[in-house]
Amino acid sequence: MTSSTFSAAQSIGAAVEATPPRKGGRLRLNHPATPYLMLAPYVVLLCAFVLGPAVFGIWVSLHDWDFLLPNKPFIGLQNYADLIDPNSITFEPFWKGMRATAIFVVASVPFLVLIPLGIALLLNRTFPARSFFRAMIFAPFVLGIAVIGVLFRYLLDSQFGLINYLLGLVGIPAIGWTQTQPWAWVGLVGMTVWWTLGFNTVIYLAGLQGIPRDHYEAASLDGAGAWGKFAYVTVPGLRNVLVFIVTTTVLASANMFGQSYLITNGGPGDSTKTAIMVMTQEGLRSFKMGSATAMSYILAVFLIIISAINFMALREREAKK
Amino acid sequence: MTVTEPSNEELARPAEAPSPARRRRAYRQDRNGPFFWVAIVTLSLIFVIPLVWMILTSFRTVEDSRRIPMTLIPDELTLRAYQLMFADEQNPVFLWALNSLLAATGHVLLVLITASMAAYALARLEFRGKNALFGIIVITLFVPGFIFLMPNYLIMDQLGWLDTLIALIVPGAAGAFGVFFLRQFFLAIPKELEESARIDGANTWQIFTRIMLPNSKPALVTLALIAFLANWNDFIWPIFVLFSPERLTLPAGLSTLQAAYNIDYPVVMAGATFAAVPVLILFMFVQRYVIEGVATSGLKG
Repeated sequence: MTSSTFSAAQSIGAAVEATPPRKGGRLRLNHPATPYLMLAPYVVLLCAFVLGPAVFGIWVSLHDWDFLLPNKPFIGLQNYADLIDPNSITFEPFWKGMRATAIFVVASVPFLVLIPLGIALLLNRTFPARSFFRAMIFAPFVLGIAVIGVLFRYLLDSQFGLINYLLGLVGIPAIGWTQTQPWAWVGLVGMTVWWTLGFNTVIYLAGLQGIPRDHYEAASLDGAGAWGKFAYVTVPGLRNVLVFIVTTTVLASANMFGQSYLITNGGPGDSTKTAIMVMTQEGLRSFKMGSATAMSYILAVFLIIISAINFMALREREAKK
Repeated sequence: MTVTEPSNEELARPAEAPSPARRRRAYRQDRNGPFFWVAIVTLSLIFVIPLVWMILTSFRTVEDSRRIPMTLIPDELTLRAYQLMFADEQNPVFLWALNSLLAATGHVLLVLITASMAAYALARLEFRGKNALFGIIVITLFVPGFIFLMPNYLIMDQLGWLDTLIALIVPGAAGAFGVFFLRQFFLAIPKELEESARIDGANTWQIFTRIMLPNSKPALVTLALIAFLANWNDFIWPIFVLFSPERLTLPAGLSTLQAAYNIDYPVVMAGATFAAVPVLILFMFVQRYVIEGVATSGLKG
């Protein structure tokens, strides 16, 4: 690795020395090939694993692309047509998955936007061990879904789990967190909030620290109380942060996969089987890549539209103000 | 218990911003009443208990893990779960850890090398198509990752990379985050540094390796950590592209361990603890880099 970068260095270096400064015009500071050579490794990756696959995926979605069969006949938009045809076999699982994803997004986003804001306001005060608390609430996020998923399948076990035991101590009868609705959603949303709220909190905190202190002082002089300062200084000061958080949280929740995969396995019934679970099962377990890629593009279009709406709605309010 | 130790450390460090000390102290006295501390302690318990419970359960006997009433402290500390797990040839956790380490390290090196060169060209060099290329890179930041799952799976198959660690190292390095993040950092470095090197006769590559990279250590460390953690924790990609038990990474392996031991929770928690503790220890030392990296990239986004 080192030797190859070193020789690349030499050849780029040699190329640069060979160029005379251009007469008259601007001094040329590098050989014309240098930028392209420096970009080349990344651009190769970008083309091979991002741009290429994005286009290749569309191509696949236009075929009856069964990974295990030699023939992959071109069928035009049939995969897409099937997804909006209630009589096709892909229609029901796909829209059930979309529905599950929608439920999860609607149920989790408000908590993931509001609770971290509250915690960020709490942690934005000066107190000992502040950065320790910040690290502590961020720690679950660092662990990743596999650890958190198996941990919560245990904690949410209706018989042996800590959560039902603690609820039992205050007289609440055992809840079937993985067997009954709406409790399955409550459990999945709750553990997701616990897992990821540190991420949003940290971004809010950075946003809060970017609000100039004298704005609060000016508000005090104008007679604003705690609520007034929050409403007229904090919230406007966080507007851009809020746009970012709402948008990224909606996208993250719409990508929900591991929680259902590890904790409820899509159940009870198919009720928590999210769109991503449905499409990976179709494409990467049953190897029906054509319909699976078509599903992925439909979900992507939904998400792009929702992000655009979020973005405009939250910006709009700023314009009116 | 764990809470008080670092808090002393924090206390020992003099005030974070000593400048308007008097105002700050008044602010502190005004605001942090008992209600504040109740909230902080409750929050700490909510965050600490599940992880403590995971670790404690891994040292319990099966009977103890199923006994009602539950007790915080295990009746008897046993290594049974760890012995079972380490002896299980179907679930080779040490190999999984090694695979995770190799994949994440390889991924980080690839990201650092490719992203830093591309970011430097985008931040400082003039070339045709620069704006178009940067535009494309920014657009890819907004494309949801799941659309690449199926086509990249087929590409891995064509390249013969299925069930290998290369599948975890290479495709992810095409993500635009590293380039975007380092470009922002490079743009903030004063140009005078490079100009004086240029006058001393340094060429572009020398300026990049001897001026830019050494001056970007915090950004490179932050990117390395974020890329490492993201790769280490990745779940959806490895569970589909890896199949052989000895090729899995820790997250993918944990899911098979869970399936194998089901409600023998001490073993499942031993697996979770085995996967979690190294990351938590790493995080303790580097949390500032990770958190500030996340916060600044969030604010710029």
